Amino acid sequence: MAEKPRLKVPKEAKKGEIIELKTLIAHVMETGLRKDASGAIIPRKIINKFTCEFNGKPVFSADIEPAVAANPYIQFNAKVDESGTFKFTWVDDDGTVTTTEEKITVA
Amino acid sequence: MQTITRRKALALGAGAAVILTVSDVSPLFATPAESDAEIAKFTGGKAMDKGRISIDLPEIAENGNTVPLSIVVDSPMTADNYISDILVVADGNPRPGIATFHLTPLAGKATAATRIRLQTTENIIVVAKTNDGKFFTDRRQIKVTIGGCGG
Repeated sequence: MAEKPRLKVPKEAKKGEIIELKTLIAHVMETGLRKDASGAIIPRKIINKFTCEFNGKPVFSADIEPAVAANPYIQFNAKVDESGTFKFTWVDDDGTVTTTEEKITVA
Repeated sequence: MQTITRRKALALGAGAAVILTVSDVSPLFATPAESDAEIAKFTGGKAMDKGRISIDLPEIAENGNTVPLSIVVDSPMTADNYISDILVVADGNPRPGIATFHLTPLAGKATAATRIRLQTTENIIVVAKTNDGKFFTDRRQIKVTIGGCGG
């Protein structure tokens, strides 16, 4: 996947603050239910798993079905007690794994 | 050039109406029984209490291709009292499952938002599981003008 996922993560937070994280990855999310012009079913190809870790500890994850819209957008929260790195992972049906990281400074 | 008389125009309209009606009864829809089965798989058949969940959805979705959905579950999200899993299903889509979210106390707040596809006017059912194995549920109906599942 050529395109970089889009993230909205605060650069700084206070200790114990609950922050909001927004993620979006460009993906067709082909349901496997649609047919092409010749009537053949277009094979399913979706992002089926999303995870977020903070300093290696799990925060949030999602098992995703074809009923999630194209370019899957996921928003959730995290409570930060220390500075560190969020790691985001998306898993495609074809096995492609996209990861990206974002640092946050907690004062 | 062929002119379309009023009589022909009416006949065309009637034909179109018939096609629409036929596609309405497509067997592709998941039935409420299928979404119930999905929920039973998640809860292991345990009883669910209604409440603690707020589901934010538009009243009417003109385009079922991308419908914003936001869920908040009332929970302190402490190490010994938190929401560990949130299941989202729809009872009128080709498949009942939409997504399952897994949370830890590090999430701070039991909330998740995404954008979903909806086929028709249907119910969105949310089931939340606490870390000690209790289940809460709630549902919201949404009207969908144009379905977004293809097929």
